[in-house]
Amino acid sequence: MQITINGKPEELQADTIMDVLKHKDVDPHMVAVELNTQIVERHQLETTNVREGDKVEFLFYMGGGA
Amino acid sequence: MSFSEEQINRYSRHILLPEVGGKGQKKIAQAKVFVVGAGGLGSPVALYLAAAGVGTIGLIDSDVVDRSNLQRQVLHHTPDVGRSKVQSAKDKIFLLNPDVTVETYEDRFTASNAMDYIAPYDVVIDGVDTFPAKFLINDACYFAGKPLIHGGILRFEGRVFSIVPKQSACYRCIFQHPPPPGLVPSCQEAGIIGVVAGIIGTIQATEALKLILGIGDPLTDRILDFDARKTAFREIKTKRNPRCPLCGDHPDITELFEHEQEACQLQTPGALGVS
Repeated sequence: MQITINGKPEELQADTIMDVLKHKDVDPHMVAVELNTQIVERHQLETTNVREGDKVEFLFYMGGGA
Repeated sequence: MSFSEEQINRYSRHILLPEVGGKGQKKIAQAKVFVVGAGGLGSPVALYLAAAGVGTIGLIDSDVVDRSNLQRQVLHHTPDVGRSKVQSAKDKIFLLNPDVTVETYEDRFTASNAMDYIAPYDVVIDGVDTFPAKFLINDACYFAGKPLIHGGILRFEGRVFSIVPKQSACYRCIFQHPPPPGLVPSCQEAGIIGVVAGIIGTIQATEALKLILGIGDPLTDRILDFDARKTAFREIKTKRNPRCPLCGDHPDITELFEHEQEACQLQTPGALGVS
């Protein structure tokens, strides 16, 4: 199925957000995840399903400033 | 208040703009902006706000200038190495624009002093480099009802977004808590291309001026990420999270506190540039 990850359409097999994270080799502790502009809580990553056409955004922590 | 001829000349390019004009320039002159951190982000923010004629700029930083700061912290010059950052900053701002009142605080921003420090100010700028401090600034601005311009930088990337408490998504709506200690590197550990601080800081200054003037569309409910390697901006739309631990429907955070300082080690580099 096709979903949009960080603005880019991608073809992949995934049932849940966690599957998408694994596919992209992203540690869930390093990101905030948005599904169609809604934040998905970290404990719900494995139970939140993704569907054709969904938009998923990974926001990496960025802590610098000085 | 009225402007002198010298001031009208100084701010003439602002006054020419229909969205600013003499009226807007007065708003800028009456504005008070608090900048937490006089470093990579704080430097461009303070310099551009000073040039713009912001009436009062408050600067808090407990550090002294280190030679390794000079690659990006453009408030500080080579002879400033070893001097207090806020004193160095005050000198440069005075040279640039003596109209500006600079309040300096050579101090750490903590849960016990945060509310007192931000109380007199209209807008707060995040220019700090640790997660505990970023969350503390977010929480303090929420409790005080002060608009916050968040900024973050790392390696070749930067992020900026504006928060109007109780109206738009806050930092905790997105990132509920800091990452586990040691997982996400700091600039000190991972490096930063100096100009990214300039790019993100000048956007923060732009957003502060827009809020002061009440013009345009603020950078609220959208996060702007920048990648210098691609010279690409990405806008991520967001909204208030009803489960936000701070500003959600059932908040757990009801008073200021500080998260533990992260350990200064790096466990897993990489993974950051996924796109």
